[in-house]
Amino acid sequence: MQEFEPKIVAFVCNWCTYAGADLTGTSRIKYSANVKIIRFPCTGRIDFMILMKAFENGADGIIVSGCHPNDCHYSTGNFHARRRWIVFRNLLNFTGIDTERIQFSWVSAAEGFKWADVVNNTVKKIKEIGPYENYKKIAVSTLFNEEGASNE
Amino acid sequence: MSELIKKVKALLNDKTINVFVGYEKGSADRIRACFARNEAQANKVFFDASCTQNLAGYLLKHEVKHFGKLGILANVAALRSIMQLASEFQIKDGEVYVLFANPDGTFVEFNDFHSIEAYLQTTDTGIKAEEQERIASLEAMSNNERWLFWNKEFEKCIKCYACRAACPMCYCHRCTTDVNQPQWIPVASHERGNLDYHLMRAMHLAGRCVNCGECATACPMDIPLNLLTYQLISPIKETFGATAGMKADATYALSTYKPDDKENFII
Repeated sequence: MQEFEPKIVAFVCNWCTYAGADLTGTSRIKYSANVKIIRFPCTGRIDFMILMKAFENGADGIIVSGCHPNDCHYSTGNFHARRRWIVFRNLLNFTGIDTERIQFSWVSAAEGFKWADVVNNTVKKIKEIGPYENYKKIAVSTLFNEEGASNE
Repeated sequence: MSELIKKVKALLNDKTINVFVGYEKGSADRIRACFARNEAQANKVFFDASCTQNLAGYLLKHEVKHFGKLGILANVAALRSIMQLASEFQIKDGEVYVLFANPDGTFVEFNDFHSIEAYLQTTDTGIKAEEQERIASLEAMSNNERWLFWNKEFEKCIKCYACRAACPMCYCHRCTTDVNQPQWIPVASHERGNLDYHLMRAMHLAGRCVNCGECATACPMDIPLNLLTYQLISPIKETFGATAGMKADATYALSTYKPDDKENFII
């Protein structure tokens, strides 16, 4: 049987983690190809609804990553994001959504190695937990199939 | 009661207010909100222990606001709603005439936000014991049990948005629910979209919910959706030291930060 290859979506900020992921590449460090990186202006821009949409469209795991505290390009974006994630994680836990599947991290533009580690560890963890059947099960059709991707 | 009616009439006559939001008996003697604008309508104003609706939900509704200056018969939840709305710059001090229905049966005028704040400090504004128990029993479940519980509840949702209409804090002119480019929340009511909707509602009310319970009361399908927002009240208080609806000049917990906010899940 073929090994389960999880779909991981990474939401990263432009200024630190995206540059960090770039460094991983230019340093020729190999890391898991399961991750699809989506660049945002700042972690403060990563709305919780965007994470919901990722699960909705078949993600098995999510990585959210940005600048270390005090390193935000916009000074306070990651501080606001941190508060939001604290509350959101609470809510996800309460509704029984698997918070294990969302990995939050701070990866700076100089931490190419750390980015490879974060991705590899997350992929390893999600491989152990398996596909996110619970979420995929709850509706036959996804939002995208139903209302059309042309909306975007 | 006659005291209340007399008071409302006096307020309407001397033009202190143009409309009084209170309770009246509707068909089959069911309690409903009334909007008294003249003596005849003021005669219908009614109050007893069964009048529990949080009338603050009407304060920002265009249909009520356009009558002019508002007076409201407030319970504790309504007072807290008013404080929260004030902290969000939706109501100015003195803009709304507040008549508080004291649990001891008297009616107290609150002339400014300061006196409301002072009163709220002295009264119990917490979540009811039975609701606390329900939250605790849910928290004691395993993740999967909770998932199944909420799935079963959200399955019932018919997306009537009564919870949104009843909530005093849901006053956005254009709710995320109505946005269709991109379509964040599917229009049809299926489980996945319902989950989206309820999580979104809870997140948008996190740190703002004044635990009046109007959402669950309004729900025609009896979904205990007040628990979602109630559950977030204590973590927000513990982590950020913020409680909604206690002060007119409070800052919304999620629009501010401390450099040393504590969490244990970001690597």
